[in-house]
Amino acid sequence: MKPAPFAYVRPGSLADALSALAGDPGAKVLAGGQSLVPLLSMRLAAPSTLVDINGLPGLDAVTVTADGVRVGALARHADVLAHDEAARVQPLLRLALSHVAHATIRNRGTTVGSIVHADAAAEMPVVLTLLGGSVEVAGPSGTRTIPATDLYVGPLETCLAQDEIATTAFFPALAPGARVAFAEIARRHGDYALVGAAALVDGDSVRVGYVSVGDVPTVVDLTGVPLNEMAATALAQLDPADDIHATAAYRAQLVRVLTERVVTEARTDD
Amino acid sequence: MTTKLMGTGVQRVEDQRFLRGLGRYADDVAVDPSTLHAAVLRSPHAHARIVDIDVADVLDVEGVHAVWTYDDLTGPMAEPLPLLIPHPMLTHGRTQYALAKDEVNYVGEAIAFVVADDRYVAEDAVGKIKVSYELLPPVVGIDAARAADRLVHDDVPGNVGARMEQNTGDVQAAMAAAPHRLTLDLTVERSACMPMEGRGTVARWDPDIDRLQVWSSTQTSTGVRAVVAVKLGLDLRQVDVITPDVGGGFGVKINHPWPEELLVPLAARTLGRTVKFTEDRREHFISTAHERGQVQYIEVGFDDDGRLLALDVKFWHDHGAYTPYGLIVPIITSTQLLGPYKPEVYRVVFESLYTNTVMVTPYRGAGRPQGCFAMERTMDAIAAELGKDRTEVRAVNFIQPDEFPFEQGLVFQDGRELTYDSGDYPASLEKIKALIGWDEFPAFRAEMAAEGRQVGIGLACYVEGTGVGPYEGAHVHVETSGKVKVATGLTTQGQGHATVFAQLVADELGCRFEDVEVVTGDTRRMPYAVGTFASRAAVMSGSAIHLAAKRAKEKALKIAAEALEASPDDLQIVDGVVSVKGSPGSSIDLGTVAVLSNPLRYAFDEASKAATQFTVGDPGKPPVAEDEEPGLEGTDFYSPERSTFASGMHAVIVETDPLTAEIRILKYAVVHDCGKLINPMIVEGQIHGGVAQGVGGALYERMVYDESGQLLNASFMDFLMPYVTEVPDGIDIDHLETPSPLNPLGIKGAGEAGVIPSAAVFASAIEDAESIPITAMPISPSELFHLRLTHAEETP
Ligand SMILES: Cc1cc2nc3c(=O)[nH]c(=O)nc-3n(C[C@H](O)[C@H](O)[C@H](O)COP(=O)(O)OP(=O)(O)OC[C@H]3O[C@@H](n4cnc5c(N)ncnc54)[C@H](O)[C@@H]3O)c2cc1C
Repeated sequence: MKPAPFAYVRPGSLADALSALAGDPGAKVLAGGQSLVPLLSMRLAAPSTLVDINGLPGLDAVTVTADGVRVGALARHADVLAHDEAARVQPLLRLALSHVAHATIRNRGTTVGSIVHADAAAEMPVVLTLLGGSVEVAGPSGTRTIPATDLYVGPLETCLAQDEIATTAFFPALAPGARVAFAEIARRHGDYALVGAAALVDGDSVRVGYVSVGDVPTVVDLTGVPLNEMAATALAQLDPADDIHATAAYRAQLVRVLTERVVTEARTDD
Repeated sequence: MTTKLMGTGVQRVEDQRFLRGLGRYADDVAVDPSTLHAAVLRSPHAHARIVDIDVADVLDVEGVHAVWTYDDLTGPMAEPLPLLIPHPMLTHGRTQYALAKDEVNYVGEAIAFVVADDRYVAEDAVGKIKVSYELLPPVVGIDAARAADRLVHDDVPGNVGARMEQNTGDVQAAMAAAPHRLTLDLTVERSACMPMEGRGTVARWDPDIDRLQVWSSTQTSTGVRAVVAVKLGLDLRQVDVITPDVGGGFGVKINHPWPEELLVPLAARTLGRTVKFTEDRREHFISTAHERGQVQYIEVGFDDDGRLLALDVKFWHDHGAYTPYGLIVPIITSTQLLGPYKPEVYRVVFESLYTNTVMVTPYRGAGRPQGCFAMERTMDAIAAELGKDRTEVRAVNFIQPDEFPFEQGLVFQDGRELTYDSGDYPASLEKIKALIGWDEFPAFRAEMAAEGRQVGIGLACYVEGTGVGPYEGAHVHVETSGKVKVATGLTTQGQGHATVFAQLVADELGCRFEDVEVVTGDTRRMPYAVGTFASRAAVMSGSAIHLAAKRAKEKALKIAAEALEASPDDLQIVDGVVSVKGSPGSSIDLGTVAVLSNPLRYAFDEASKAATQFTVGDPGKPPVAEDEEPGLEGTDFYSPERSTFASGMHAVIVETDPLTAEIRILKYAVVHDCGKLINPMIVEGQIHGGVAQGVGGALYERMVYDESGQLLNASFMDFLMPYVTEVPDGIDIDHLETPSPLNPLGIKGAGEAGVIPSAAVFASAIEDAESIPITAMPISPSELFHLRLTHAEETP
């Protein structure tokens, strides 16, 4: 389990990083390495160059303003999880992050890396999508902002080009009076969820985002649907699948249980 | 007298090293850059003929030193690997070649062996080997093996490696006469040992002394030594095998030789370089060994009290592609299935079947978990049928304390009669009921039900034959410094042997515990040994060490008696000092006794002057008496007539979620009888580890093969070992000590016990919570959810 040969660069500026990426169509960004390094070791990925962005200045900040939380590309899951201001402005961050892997992995893995890795079994892409967040991306021709709803195009696939770097993820603040809840069921503590659900309730509006029930993070608008029909409505738009850990039917059952659980919790005053 | 250490929870002397990261494993040996590294090309197909292997591109890779395929092997290396345990009933035993010859029979089978500057280059080179295959239809799973539409080996009809039957009487007649009868269809899936350290071998050929040094992460260094010598055409004296620290074995490292265990020494000798192979995790999944997979059919006849009148068991054992370890696993299942019970008549028939999957060799418990599952599921089924308490049905079938030695009328894995030496099962049952709160459970269940929660309680009993022969030996050497060096040949995988063996030596010899240093698994120090398996180390090496220490003590007393001009009977040894009982002024320390034991011509320091020809001995007699040897040493061997039988009972309370079917452990209790305890803390550690492994086997771990024979979950991402968060927070343990009459210390083995009843006890508890028969393990929430659906459909 050793990676195939690759070139390694650790640029000190964003411009250098972008030109390193542009200089080799087989180049890939290395952030926390928690998803990429296992892929390299199992030779499931064999980039010709790794552009390690851990030396880029100014990307490790978690910045909180009244309108939301900005997470730099080098902020670790653990940094975001521990950030009290971030948790106050957008409580769903902490609720969801506590389910992301284990402490050791959260210490290295980045939240932005998770978002652009685009695993439909990961929590943070769903959170970003549910909250209507966005990602700021730097490329050879400047920067652009991609709304979460446009970001995910397929399994493990975003609309980022090979020569772009995501620099920041933006999670909007929770609107006054709005409430969130998160729940998931995994085989073991810290595993990727068999099914996860995040609810955002704002007045009459009810939206639920689902983890591990489709190829891409999926958010379903359940506004106006009676509680006991929500799961059925959601399931009509989801695509739970069989794998070695659970059948599609069992995942559908978890969608039923978790939908009710998170919506009820988000509606309950604490 | 100092207090005896036997029976006390002495802190482990190993832990300082291990906890500080100072353990030294095979991969830590020969870390200098001149060491070469090996990688193996493994079959991507479960069943295929090898048409051609083209290694031309490999030799161009910079940093590659050599590549071997089957065609490069000669002499004994070109023969199949040994069939280690050639049981007469294994009519169609097959073993693989070190490198596949013409055909591959499982995904992962070794085809080519590359040696390069480092493992990265070696893996790059492996990727450049071109093999053309002609695919053959694979046989995956017991059903396919039984159907035998396809064969794993053309010359093995029906895929049957062995068929074996044992009985204790006319089961058909007894069945026909029984007032009640039941049948059960049961399944236990495949799992595997997952030691933190995988396999690893390092070899160095020393041309100056024509000698091969091998370090291997093995459970038998003497076994590896013998086979390396034979396969490489070396004299035994030219081969040393050293077992460094081993990061877990759990059975899988008793099988030997692995292809790499021969190819690494071959490469070292051929290239004149140190060569290392360190297995990675994927290799451990697909090219080492698995266990457990069985399908069982049970018919049982019983009376109104649930007494077993006739027990008729058939099972089909999936042994994978090859049978290097013979029939040990199914024989153990078939005999240890009986547990603490005495059916009037028992018949068991098994077929051991070939499949195109990784081979099966013992994994902690070694067939017992499956046997326990069969028997305990049967007990629960009888209780349900008669509407009786599950503990009552067990109690009426127990062998009673006054019935030992008890002959089951079967032949055990070692070819000897299955005779239990001692035990007290009724006492264990009382203890386990009290520990788990069996009688209070109905009230607890009602309390939980009131909260909308669903709970169940389960119980399982087992008997474990431990400490099988043929023998182990020990050498105890008191150095002139007073330090005591102990060597025994079996190996250590973290059990704490250096602690418990030192306890035994300190107790018997009278030296200080701190002065004892124990070495295991080094053929330079003890070339006669068998290995560590079958919960045998404490019984076998423990007894041998006790006997060897006794010999050293006798010698010390004899020499000291002369020096102190006293009778040996009047002497005592305490804290390393020999003194005359009652007159402490008259004493000599063990180091000085060691000096005196070795008459010298040449003094090399002050102490040794005391042993030169001018100072010791009677000038009228030879300096070393006729039946004596120089040196303060003792060597002895222990070889028991038969195994000793430990036993125990586990109980668990689980909660099952009515909506998500998640299974939570609320309470876990163990009553354990391994005879006299040497170190209760270490025994409890073994139980904790066993229970954790058992939780894995019952609720999480399985080997998921697809129809083409690909293992779909060959990584720790998808093979779900329980984390600390999945095992019980606490395990309530109670010990019973029924001494074994078979060894001088009265001990029985403890290593495997913790894992034996797991599948049975969880099935029992989940069935109790759900009121749905549980017939297959492991069980996941998804499976429990589907069981509920099917059950609801079947019972309108
Ligand atoms: C045992 C284990 C359990 C885990 N469990 C979970 C879990 O339960 N839930 C969960 O969500 N995750 C889990 N993870 C994954 C973890 O969250 C990763 O940290 C995360 O998926 C990727 O972040 P990273 O910084 O490590 O990215 P890397 O591994 O460095 O990169 C991942 C991918 O994203 C790309 N990339 C990274 N950063 C950028 C960027 N700024 N711009 C452009 N491309 C970029 C890389 O090129 C690569 O393709 C687990 C990981 C492990 C090892």
